[in-house]
Amino acid sequence: MSTVLILEQALNGLQFGVMLFMMSAGLTLVFGVMGLINLAHGSLYMIGAFAAAVVATWTGSFMLGLIASLAAAAAMGALIELVVIRRLYDRDHLDQVLATFALILILSEGTRYTFGSLPLYLNTPGWLSGVFDFGGGLVYPKYRLAIIFVGLIIAAGLFLLIAKTRLGIRIRAGESDREMIAALGVDISKLYTIIFALGASLAGLAGAMVGVLESVEVGMGEPVLILAFVVIVIGGIGSIKGALIGSLLVGMTDTMGRVLLPPLFSQFMPPVDAVPVASALASMSIYILMAIVLIVRPAGLFGGAK
Amino acid sequence: MKLKTLALAASATLMAAGPAFAAGHAIKVGMITTLSGSAAGLGAEIRDGFQLALDQAGSDAIELIVKDDARKPDVAVSVADEMIQSDKVDIMTGIIWSNLLLAVAPNAVRQGTFYLSPNAGPSALAGKGCHENYFNVSWQNDMLPEASGEYANTAGYKNVFLMAPNYPAGKDMVAGFQRTFKGESAAVVFTKLGQKDYAAEIAQIRASGADAVYYFLPGGMGIAFGKQFAQSGVDTPRFGPVFSFDQTILPAVGDSAIGIHNTTQWSNGLNNAANKKFVEGYQAAYGRLPSFYASQAYDTANLILGALKTAKPADKDAFREALRAANFDSVRGDFSFGNNHHPIHDIYVQKVVKRDDGTLTNEVVAKVVDDMVDSHAANCKM
Repeated sequence: MSTVLILEQALNGLQFGVMLFMMSAGLTLVFGVMGLINLAHGSLYMIGAFAAAVVATWTGSFMLGLIASLAAAAAMGALIELVVIRRLYDRDHLDQVLATFALILILSEGTRYTFGSLPLYLNTPGWLSGVFDFGGGLVYPKYRLAIIFVGLIIAAGLFLLIAKTRLGIRIRAGESDREMIAALGVDISKLYTIIFALGASLAGLAGAMVGVLESVEVGMGEPVLILAFVVIVIGGIGSIKGALIGSLLVGMTDTMGRVLLPPLFSQFMPPVDAVPVASALASMSIYILMAIVLIVRPAGLFGGAK
Repeated sequence: MKLKTLALAASATLMAAGPAFAAGHAIKVGMITTLSGSAAGLGAEIRDGFQLALDQAGSDAIELIVKDDARKPDVAVSVADEMIQSDKVDIMTGIIWSNLLLAVAPNAVRQGTFYLSPNAGPSALAGKGCHENYFNVSWQNDMLPEASGEYANTAGYKNVFLMAPNYPAGKDMVAGFQRTFKGESAAVVFTKLGQKDYAAEIAQIRASGADAVYYFLPGGMGIAFGKQFAQSGVDTPRFGPVFSFDQTILPAVGDSAIGIHNTTQWSNGLNNAANKKFVEGYQAAYGRLPSFYASQAYDTANLILGALKTAKPADKDAFREALRAANFDSVRGDFSFGNNHHPIHDIYVQKVVKRDDGTLTNEVVAKVVDDMVDSHAANCKM
């Protein structure tokens, strides 16, 4: 296997990884700070994609579509935090799972009612069409490079936010002791709404960016939500750093598994049998990775004991 | 005494007439198809094509019950149970995916329900697993790929990259192609069913140095791959069975598909009276060009309507014979059933073109195989 191919696949893994990071950052923050399991995070991803599809088609501008996805997902996130989620913080996880699962059904059927069940398709904006030539035979689609770029900027921004700003200090404080920061006079419910909306907007942006590559449809968020849970379990629940490392690990494992396992199995099995078996194993690879991480570090890579 | 006998006789006649009355009523057809998710468009084609045939016949002989399977085998199985147990359907149809069909059809036909497949023809049901109550009105899965293999031979391809989803139809589509193709397979890649991101596979195609890419990716998978391939800068020619290049895919992938050759048993330009009536009627009713899925569902409905002229499903043996006779005008031209209840029909190669009004569609280039019989028919003891 040539170096150029390995490099291109590494970029694919990186692109998948940063997309997962945008999705899992919000999920892990909400779980870490508020102790809430939010199954409806995938619906926010879907809402972002639909908002981008509608606005981009209507105005003809991809950038306006992206802005709309951030705004729509943040607004919906804030709304469901105020109306539903707020009542769940003191409940146990089973109640949270039930309530947020109900939210998935409501948001999915609501979207189906509004947009129908046929998928919507977006075109790559003209200036991001085509490929970027790195030289030496390595070419890569510009749009996927843009996803990597945006994802890395968001990762850097989140680290700065958490490490350097007052909001970040409150988030970290909230993570370690909720009652104490409330006692110190921080408006905890406002903080929760902000965190929830922030996580939602990142999920919405991820949905919009991936929607261009794939399709925008009802239920598009749930498969990604499952992967995001795998990421935060691997990374350690509540840790942004864990979410980043976990996302990149999952992205690389999935991509490289799909590429490397079939030729590997063909070495010692007839290719007719090897390819389906290896392909099936490749789709399990990230769960195997998760199991291994949990055996070695039950709290995840960066999860502190709580 | 006389009165009593008369009353008994009358009630006996009534009871005897009971089932006859029921048989005189509309027969129930249960349609399970995919109406949500990225393949929702395919189910809509099946439903609309079937409905068009009923509307054109103006017949109330069929009561159609349509339910969504969401492309999930477990959902399809529970919907099928409901249709058989509580709706008491006489005939089932509609399933698009081979894995769903394999979960539903064997069980349904064993319970005495007829199953008519308007799409999906897994090899498992064409050979040893054939059944007298199972009829395939579309094709056995291997047929269009075998024709693609013939096409690749004439096109002079020597080294082809093969890709299909990892499920029964995907394996049939690869096996069928390899049965007739004389060149080498540069690589065989099985993707996840429903996969949306093909970056890793496209990179492998780029690195493979293959002459051409043969792929089977129906519905949303084909759209996602087509769009991503067009953006990848890879210019390897693409071809395959119609699924990845049909009327449900072309509007979404756009001009990058122009010129792609694909194999099919039906095309919207086929010159026969039944097809003209179908294509014109479909455009008038739904405002879009029909896909081959719709053509197969239309044929399925007309097959049932044709059979109902001579027999009712209540008399299973007579109805089975009536179906086997295939007494209807197929939109694909010649149509008959082989011993395994799968079609014997002509296969064409068509190519994607842009019409003057900007519509992307397929146009027949040539006939590849005349009266094709599928490769598994010999294994069926029927």
